[in-house]
This record gives sequence, structure tokens and C-alpha cells, in this order.
Amino acid sequence: MQLIQLIIDGVASGCIYGLVALGFVLIYKATETINFAQGDILMLGAFVAYSLIGLMGMDYLTGFALTVLIIAVFGFFLDAVVVRQIIGQPAFATVMLTIGLGFIFRGFASIYWGTDIFSFSTPFSGKITEFNGLIISYVNLSIIAGTAILMSALYFFFTFSKIGVAMRASSENQLAAYYMGIPVKFIFSLIWSISAGVAAVAGVLLAPITLVDTSISLIGLKAFAAAVLGGFGSIPGAIVGGIIIGIVEQLCGTYENYLFEGVREISAYLVLILTLIIYPRGLFSDKAEVKKV
Amino acid sequence: MRFIFKTKYSQDINIAKHNGDRFWYSLLILIMAALPLVLDDFYLGEISYICILSIAGIGLMILSGYTGLASLGHAAFLGVGAYTHAFLLTNGVPFYASIPIVIVVSFLVGAVIGIPILRLTGMYLAIATLALGFIAEHVFIKWEHFTGGNRGLPVPQPEFLGMSFYDSVFFYYVCLVFLIAAMFAAINILRSPTGRAFVAIRDSEIAAQSLGVNLGLYKALSFAISGAFTGLAGALLAHYIGYLAPDIFNIFLSLTLLLLIVVGGMGSLHGTVFGAIFVGFLPQLIAICRDYLPSSIGSQPGLEPMLFGLILVFFILYEPLGIYGRWIKIKLFFELFPTYKRQTFKKQKVFTKSDRV
Repeated sequence: MQLIQLIIDGVASGCIYGLVALGFVLIYKATETINFAQGDILMLGAFVAYSLIGLMGMDYLTGFALTVLIIAVFGFFLDAVVVRQIIGQPAFATVMLTIGLGFIFRGFASIYWGTDIFSFSTPFSGKITEFNGLIISYVNLSIIAGTAILMSALYFFFTFSKIGVAMRASSENQLAAYYMGIPVKFIFSLIWSISAGVAAVAGVLLAPITLVDTSISLIGLKAFAAAVLGGFGSIPGAIVGGIIIGIVEQLCGTYENYLFEGVREISAYLVLILTLIIYPRGLFSDKAEVKKV
Repeated sequence: MRFIFKTKYSQDINIAKHNGDRFWYSLLILIMAALPLVLDDFYLGEISYICILSIAGIGLMILSGYTGLASLGHAAFLGVGAYTHAFLLTNGVPFYASIPIVIVVSFLVGAVIGIPILRLTGMYLAIATLALGFIAEHVFIKWEHFTGGNRGLPVPQPEFLGMSFYDSVFFYYVCLVFLIAAMFAAINILRSPTGRAFVAIRDSEIAAQSLGVNLGLYKALSFAISGAFTGLAGALLAHYIGYLAPDIFNIFLSLTLLLLIVVGGMGSLHGTVFGAIFVGFLPQLIAICRDYLPSSIGSQPGLEPMLFGLILVFFILYEPLGIYGRWIKIKLFFELFPTYKRQTFKKQKVFTKSDRV
């Protein structure tokens, strides 16, 4: 029974990793660049939600929607103004650029909101439900439900909407998509905005658990493990990878005595390194094989 | 404008291209050697720190600037060097024996880590080194027998050549000598076939492989050499700090090293020194900025990462070749005056290399 309890907790935190990883994957699929600032965008989302809900006293759902909208617009212009200039440079330049952007966001957040730890009230805070002796908190339920809703929305968007199909086409082959009359640059900026919006959703859902401060941007680094495990480039892979990482982390934390001390904090990174060494293409990769030396 | 009349192929790999180089670099070394006569202890300490940063920068430059492999976890090597050195000194190993052991240990650590993860390319490598950096930081905290854990580890300051490391003039000379030695070693590595192979790998893996460069071997070698330089810097850093705590070797230090090579200029050894001077004086620069900004912004702790990020983004976007690149441009402007053309250094647009098959 304890095991099931752990798995439920793990799935909840894993969904957050999965959502952030989803942001990496969307951008990577489209432009073959990695956004190292994804965790910092998540942090910005949480802070904006704190401003809207906690300070201005907005209704939770309205504040949630507005936060996602603000961050999505921000993501759009982030690509259109800054990141696009770097296309064509070596991968190293993109890595450094997004790391630099991440530092700017974190610095901005700590100047604008301060370095204290904030929280805002949500309809889920502090409520639990019991089911066959399992204790499930509403917060965890909200995370799992939110992820499920977002995933299905994205699924329908990418499968049935015209823009979604255009996005898949641009990811598949930029030149061919451009010849078909798809405004590829605009589409890429739109993908950045979706990716930022997803990060904002993760940030708002996560806020009741970790509270809001600048250190939550470190989740972005753990989400790399999820993205790599799922095979960079696969959307369901990102979520499944995230959930696996979440469960592994919970299990490592509980059975720490049998392993070694402090295994919980580095378990995600260990999984990441092991995946890269043993099976670098990941679980759900649609690519034939990751290029090897 | 100087034209060098080459009569031998070997002139292409001379360390000094012409007598002017010899003269200026000798003068520089003489001035550096004479500095303790005019500067007080505080500035000598700062310059020693810059020397240490330059040595670490050489390490990362060989890996990232010359072999084209990104490492986001290089603070781990500084940590390995620092802790190994402190551990050896605590157990009575003399300074002159400890330094070579540190270099060998960091070389081996680099090779052992390098062999499995260097099968990865591009951003996978960046992510893997990032993760390794975290794991290393964690190991420093938890391996208490070796590192003292969170309590920290005091670094013994032994006598060496009858002088003490507490003497800042002596410490300055030690750092300077090690920097010059490291610079010579790096120059010689880079003009040897090994160094040429590194550059070939950076420019095109396929072309390098076709010319008979064993990619796996040379990448691992680059990682190991890079680790050795950074480990040496770590050993000197241990003396500079005097008390090792695991949270020194965090991701922020790794990123500072990256900032150093990006700001200094990717792919140039001059750049490591320029970058080290920049990074070494960055805290003072920020302190000056604080004075000029209104106190509501100036007193914020977030200013430092923000400036850090802004500088990084600015250099990546507008001056990818860093301070050294800017220097080259200024030099050429005066050499070619009045016929300098802006287009000489125009960034070439290239198609992004695709990892997809």
C-alpha cells in the first residue's frame, strides 16, 4: 500500500517534470535548439500567477488563464526578437544564449519580486481525499488532471487544427513547409509561445507544493532527464519520461537506507547519465538512431 | 601591415611569428615579474586569482574553444583538483609532489568520465556534463572522509622553497609561473598533431574522420587534457581560498568559466587571459554599477545574475569572438587605415547542422 502511495506522489511530481520536458521537446523538434531557460520561464509563470492571484486577488482560474496567456506572449517575442538571431550559429551558441537568458529572468524575478518565498491560495490547498487507505492531496490530483487536460488539448491541436498540422510540417521539413506557403518563422515563434505557455501551466500547478521563489527554476534541469529518457523529440515520451523520473525519485527517497545517502537529489541526474550511456535514443524516439561517434 | 616572408614550412608552427612578438611578450613577462615592486597585497591577490582563472580557462578553452565540445560542469574538475591537493597536503605530501599527482588524477578523471559520455554529440553532451557537474557537487558533500563534507576542509599552507603561501608576493609568483608554464604547454599541445586533430574535430567531424582522426580517442584526450589544466587551477584555487566547502564548486562556477571563455573569445588562448581579467574584475564592476544605480535597484541581490546573463547574451549576439575578436578588429583597422572594410569580419550565415538522419 505504501508503494502505491509513493507511486501516486511520484506521478504527480513526474507530471511537472513531464510538462517542462514537453516544452524542451516542442522547441527541439521544431528548431533543433534546446531552451536551457525553460525552468526559468516556469519560475516566471509561478511569479506572475502570484502577482495576479496572490497580490491582485484575482479568481484562481482567471488568474491561471491570464498567466498562461502572458507567458505565452512573452515566449513568442522571446523567439521573434532574441533567439531567432542565433539560428545558423553552432549549437554551443544557442546553449550559452539560453543559459544567459535564464540568468536574466532569474535576476529580474529576484529584483522585481524579491528573494522571499511566496505562496498564494488555490482551491486545492490543504485538502485531501482518502481512497482505500490511500491519502491523495487535491494538489496532486490537480496536477495530474491538469496535465491530462493539457495533453489531450495539445493532441487535438496538433492532429486536427490547421496551425497544429502546419507546426508538425515545419518541424518535419522547414524548406518543404515554406514552399507549401507556411510562414515558418511565425510558426516557430508560435511553437516557442506554446512551449512557454506549457511551462507556465507547470509553474502554476507546482506553486502550491514548492511555493514560489527563484530556486524552482532548477526543475528545468531535472526535466532534461525526463526529456532524454523519453527520447528527445517525442511528446508522449516526455510525459512518460517525466513520470518515470518522478516515481524513481520518490522510491529513491524512501528506500535511501538500502542505497546510499543523498541518492534522492541526484537520482534524476543518474538516470539521465545512465540513459545517455546505455540507450541514448530514449524510450519513445521516432528517430532511427542518435548519431554516435 | 606586416608581411612575413616564409622560407620554411616550420615557420608556420613557430611559437612567435616574428621578432615583434618575441619583444612584446618578453616585455609583458618582465612587467608581470616586476609588479610586486609597485602593487600592494590586495592587487597582487586579485592578479593571482586572475592567473588561476586563466589556467582554468585554458582547460575549458582546449575543450570548448578548440575541440568544440561544450562542458557545463567544469567546476567539477576544479573541485577534483582542489580536494585532491588539500587531501594530499593534509596527509603530509610535499607541495612539489602533490601538484604532479593532482594533474595526473584530474587527467585520469577526465579520461574516465570522457570515454562514456563523449559518444554523445552537441547538446546531449552539454546536458550530460551539466548532470555530471551536479553529481560531482553531491559527491563532494557526501564523501566526508575525503572532503570533510559540509563542514569543509582547511587547506594546509606548507612551506615551499623556504617560503610560505601566506606571503602574497610568493603566492603571486607561484601563480604566475604556473600560468606561463600552462600557457606554453597549451601552445605546444595546440601546434602539435594532437592539437591540429582537435581543431579538425571542431570544424568538421566528418572531414576529421576522413583524414584518419580517431574521433573517440581524441575527444577523450581533449577531455582529459582539459581536466588536467583545470585540476591544476583547482589546486592553486585551494591555496587561494584557504578553506574548501563543497558549495564553491557549483553550477554557477561552471557557468562563470563558460562566461570567461565566451567573453574572452572562443578559440584563442589570448582570450582566456582577457576573459579571466574580465571575470576577475566583474565583482568590482558590479559594485561600481551599484553605486550609480538608484538604491532601490542597486541594493538588490539579483543584480549580479542579471548582469551576468546580459553580458553573456550581448557577447553571443553581437561579438561571438569576444574581447580578442574585438582586439583583432581594432588592430586591423589601424593596420589597414584608411581602407578598412567592415565586411572583412562579417558573420557568415550557415545552415544549421542537423542532427537528424
